[in-house]
Amino acid sequence: MTTVNPVHDPVALSGAGAAKARGLGVFYIAMAAFTWLVFGQADEGDATLRLTDPGDAFHDSFPDLVFDPSTFGYLVAVILAITGGIQLTRGFDRWQTAVLAATSVLFIVSFLGWAAAGASFSLVGMLQASMVRAVPIALGALAGVLCERAAIVNIAIEGMLLSGAFAAAIVGSVANSALGVLAAVLVGGLMSALLAVLSIKYRVDQIIVGVVLNLFALGLTSFLTARLLASNPEYNAAGIFQSIEIPLLSDVPVVGRVLFDQNLFVYAMLILTVFVTWLLFRTRWGLRVRAVGEHPRAADTLGVDVYRMQYRSVILGGMIAGLGGAYFIFGSTGRFDENMTNGRGYIALAAMVFGRWHPVGALGAALLFGFADALQQKLGLLNTGIPTEFLLMAPFLVTIMVVAGFAGGTNAPAHDGVAYVKEGQ
Amino acid sequence: MTDTAVRAADAPEIMPAGDGPPSGESPFREALRSISATNWRQAILLPTLALVSALILSAIVVAASDIDNLERLGSEPGAAIGTMLGDIGEAFWALVRGSVGSLRAISETLTNATPFIIVGLGLGVGFRAGLFNIGAQGQMIVGGLAATWVGFTVNAPGLVTIPLALLTGAVAGGLYGAIPGYLRARNGAHEVIVTIMLNNIALLGLTWVLKTSAFQAEGRVDPISKPIDGSSRLPRLFGFLGRSDLRVHIGFFIALALAAFVWWLLFHSTLGFQFRAVGKSPSAAQYAGMSVTTLTVLVMALSGALAGIGGSNEILGVQGRAAPGFAGAVGFDAISVTLLGRNHPLGIVWAALLFGALKAGAQEMQAATNVPIDMIQIVQALIIIFIAAPALIRAVYRIKLAPEGQGGLVA
Amino acid sequence: MELLLEGITKRFPGGIVANDAVDLTLRGGEVLALIGENGAGKSTLMNVLYGLYEADEGTITLDGEVQQFVSPSDAIAAGIGMVHQHFMLIPVFTVAENVVLGVEPMGRFGQLDLRKAREEVREISAKYGLDLDPDDIVGDLPVGLQQRVEIIKVLFRDARFLIFDEPTAVLTPQEVDEFFGIVTTLRDAGRAIVFITHKLKEALGAADRISVLRRGRIVGQALPDEVDESTLAEMMVGRPVDLDISKAALDPGSPALAVRDLVVDGPGGQPLVDNVTFDVKAGEIVGVAGVQGNGQTELIETIVGLRSPQSGSVVIAGQDLTNASPRTVHKASVAHIPEKRQSQGLIMDFSLTENVILNSYYTSEFSTRGSIDWSAARRRTTELMQTYDVRAGGPDVEAKTLSGGNQQKLIVAREIDRDVALTIAAQPTRGVDIGSVENIRRRLVAERDAGVALLLISSELDEILALSDRILVMFRGRVVAERRPVDTSTTELGLLMAGIDPNDRTSDQNVEVLA
Repeated sequence: MTTVNPVHDPVALSGAGAAKARGLGVFYIAMAAFTWLVFGQADEGDATLRLTDPGDAFHDSFPDLVFDPSTFGYLVAVILAITGGIQLTRGFDRWQTAVLAATSVLFIVSFLGWAAAGASFSLVGMLQASMVRAVPIALGALAGVLCERAAIVNIAIEGMLLSGAFAAAIVGSVANSALGVLAAVLVGGLMSALLAVLSIKYRVDQIIVGVVLNLFALGLTSFLTARLLASNPEYNAAGIFQSIEIPLLSDVPVVGRVLFDQNLFVYAMLILTVFVTWLLFRTRWGLRVRAVGEHPRAADTLGVDVYRMQYRSVILGGMIAGLGGAYFIFGSTGRFDENMTNGRGYIALAAMVFGRWHPVGALGAALLFGFADALQQKLGLLNTGIPTEFLLMAPFLVTIMVVAGFAGGTNAPAHDGVAYVKEGQ
Repeated sequence: MTDTAVRAADAPEIMPAGDGPPSGESPFREALRSISATNWRQAILLPTLALVSALILSAIVVAASDIDNLERLGSEPGAAIGTMLGDIGEAFWALVRGSVGSLRAISETLTNATPFIIVGLGLGVGFRAGLFNIGAQGQMIVGGLAATWVGFTVNAPGLVTIPLALLTGAVAGGLYGAIPGYLRARNGAHEVIVTIMLNNIALLGLTWVLKTSAFQAEGRVDPISKPIDGSSRLPRLFGFLGRSDLRVHIGFFIALALAAFVWWLLFHSTLGFQFRAVGKSPSAAQYAGMSVTTLTVLVMALSGALAGIGGSNEILGVQGRAAPGFAGAVGFDAISVTLLGRNHPLGIVWAALLFGALKAGAQEMQAATNVPIDMIQIVQALIIIFIAAPALIRAVYRIKLAPEGQGGLVA
Repeated sequence: MELLLEGITKRFPGGIVANDAVDLTLRGGEVLALIGENGAGKSTLMNVLYGLYEADEGTITLDGEVQQFVSPSDAIAAGIGMVHQHFMLIPVFTVAENVVLGVEPMGRFGQLDLRKAREEVREISAKYGLDLDPDDIVGDLPVGLQQRVEIIKVLFRDARFLIFDEPTAVLTPQEVDEFFGIVTTLRDAGRAIVFITHKLKEALGAADRISVLRRGRIVGQALPDEVDESTLAEMMVGRPVDLDISKAALDPGSPALAVRDLVVDGPGGQPLVDNVTFDVKAGEIVGVAGVQGNGQTELIETIVGLRSPQSGSVVIAGQDLTNASPRTVHKASVAHIPEKRQSQGLIMDFSLTENVILNSYYTSEFSTRGSIDWSAARRRTTELMQTYDVRAGGPDVEAKTLSGGNQQKLIVAREIDRDVALTIAAQPTRGVDIGSVENIRRRLVAERDAGVALLLISSELDEILALSDRILVMFRGRVVAERRPVDTSTTELGLLMAGIDPNDRTSDQNVEVLA
């Protein structure tokens, strides 16, 4: 007789949690050593991280962050070492994630100082760019959350982003931007409908479906790009949205530019996060979807239409992913290039895991990835001596570390990825 | 006084199903028996219908993407449709010509099939153990790079350098594959995401490595490696004919040998037994005393090693040196091959030959007509969808395919 | 108020007729017990009534009106509520959320009105003495309380007909009494109650009427005053049933298993196994009684090597195997019949042959230099199937085609058919048909008579009492008592299992008195 108890994970029987905690401690110490040896040896000269740029309101009165990267580096190294020591001996319990976040911030600032020694660069500009670069990841992660909360694993976010982008480019060129965005949303919804049908009705393994949809999307868009767009460039000139300043609020130092002087997609990202949170946790619909994701049979016995809830959630998610695809065109270059999403859909999955399947968490994780992305671009401009290839690797390495559980645990919906079979069928 | 010990109802029982497990005869007889016992109609009809459906759908895409012709539909429908059919016909004829229409075509098909077989075997081993290795591309790169280094560094007769290079490639690929295996075993990290990330990292790393002095070809500023010694190259099968356009090399036979090895491994070795057990039920495997963590790492390492050999094969047999795109999309195409081949070595060989043919034909198609080679991606994805959802085929063609393993086909 | 099932027939693919022209009547103010063997079709019938299955033939009539139940929502609307054998609760949700799922009270903008939900849950809980807090997370509640959440669920929906499927399977004897007390209250309030059980004592004790199902058909009705257990058993099985197990005289040898001061901690640091010490001697059966979740599972896992203890030792046949791997333990002549045969004991998609060598494929008997000798494996499987009466299509069929009883017999065969010093049997007859139950129990006793040490864990107290030479009671990870079967009773064991000292009957609390 089964009772309602957390499932026994056969692999996790003997203190894997303890091993992870020790691993984290070692990681802190390693980072401390790295910080001392590398950032501590920063070039001469103070680093100036500008918090406002010329032309912003309050620019003349607001200070910049100026510090000696070498000293700061040593300081941070010591802090990291102490943190590592505490982690290895006592651990931080509830504060573990907060400590990890705080030390990461210190590490990154130290890194920025080292990179910008003797020079100055716009920190606020980079934060502003981070928001923008986070958009496809956040929207993709939202899509992932909606799907997986209904027990459907969605590996096809990458394909949905790509297809959405393609649709946006063509329709945006032929008609107008509004229709282009609409087209992207519809295409995303269509693709996720396909995912839903194959996973729910035909019970194909959800990972296979996801991988195949990605291959299909890549193949189809590349094919059509080569066949159509190369010879007809008028189908691939969709234009870009300008950023919209919110009066007054955008003048607030630092925060103003980051939050209130952005293009439509950034605002959409923030609004949709709030909306999906409300939807999942405050409405009847959300309660039922989450029930389906945790224990579909229980929901079924209470009269909840499991399959219908799954279809709806997945399609809604797909539509949001489609919107994310539109960003690549209207929020970025205005034209479609082969494989322009370049793995962002998979990073969105990592953001979802990192954010523990909660929309706000996913947004936070996406912002982090966006920051890494913006950082990597900025560093290309500063002369750091690190080969571009390694800078480009950064987001992928971070994703691996995240997924390997160096932060966050496994809180996936209990029935995630397992097709629900109604009894008696 | 004992209470009667009857228990609550079990679920209703279902009739026998599934593929047959190994019997007790000699491997050869047993292979024959399993081939003949296979439900032929099931094993051949379904993939054939899937292929046909995929081709039909792709044909529609080809026709529909000829925009100029589409515009004519309104004014001269007859001519437009005629052109469409002509387009499709030309494209498919080119496909056939390019894949089996000449000795050169066949050579191309086999050359293409070789890495599909090798990498597909690696993926198949992974899938059988319940692990989705999407990282074959990265593992091919790492393995191929290692083999390249051996190829231009070690000065010895081919009989020494070729096995050495292949072995090095296998080890390098194996280590790169062990990483996601370890992260999955220890931390529960989902290997799909990790392997995809590692692919990107390998691609970037490749570009960088090819610009270092150790690897970069003399006198070049673009990322390209030194060429490997002639002795390290895999000999061509038809070298004696003196035709340089017949590229097929002994790698093809190496691939077939590997297929036989994997077949033995999966179905007749103790290790393969463990792989399959873990793939079906990690908890039961653990209770039976198998070490799930060790096996997870081993499987991914083996998968990576095979992919590494696949990458080495490309360098040693075809390209002769490493350039940024040398692994191509083989790592992803191999996923389709493995799925089509139902994760069975024999099926993988057949599927690899089919996809090799498609790839060879597509090149001819792109040259002769103006249908881009990406159409093959579409065909592949469609084939997989149809294979993975037999119910779809059933629904479309209104045929009754019995559940797997049972009786035959009822139209 | 009357619910009539007439001529209900339900078939499954493969020619299985789960229900065959079943007639059943439920009346308000009455408790009906539906009993039958494993596989008789009881759960299927109730699922038809609840709208989870659609009957192929037959009608359901409520107060004269014929009903069509296409889904549970229809049944719920008609006033039928079901508490399933495996709880249909969502562990991460609160009590209130679980109760209102599907019939949620709504606020203005389509919002969930959880405040209203909580209020109503509190009301119902108070009215029937169920003592539940609507904000508790269900996954953290003990089993007895989880069942009450299920009861509130059906009451919240104004169920007039209540179905309970094996309601007492996971309860202590005291909780069982409480449960039937609630049932009586509900019956006196006018509801119609039907409960499915295999425990004949309960049927006789709590029901007003008893219906017996066998092989999909109703084979008899009875009033509790007019029958006894053996009559009912005979009706259920169709033949006289003899479940007395004769054991040879107790002649224990040296300890085959010695557990000393074993401590196993859980994820939060709390001890799941708390300083456990005991022996199992050769030739004796030691039974462990306890409500599931009190450390028995973790104890077994530690002994067989799936877990490492924080401290303490496990010595088997003189060897210290405290931190050994499962394979080492297996090689040390330990047989283990795991609790969950489908996920731990067998690989459902593997053939019987592959399952038989699942933990011995590497031995010289079945492999040479890394290659498996399939003919040897098949021979052995065929032997085992014959000796242990495992009924199946042959050694090459997949394990999932076997019935539960035959699956269990195969596992038992695989484990004990070799020279074994210690056998650990966890829930060996759970979910198994009565023929196989007899078979397995006889095997276990035969092992004991032949000198094997046996550790038996079972949630069936009657099985523990019948088979054990000594009984240990586990509560919250500790061994709180040791008894001999002749010196104790189900009542006393029940109290001990709940952590209550039987000598201290005045106190109401869970007092941990016993060392």
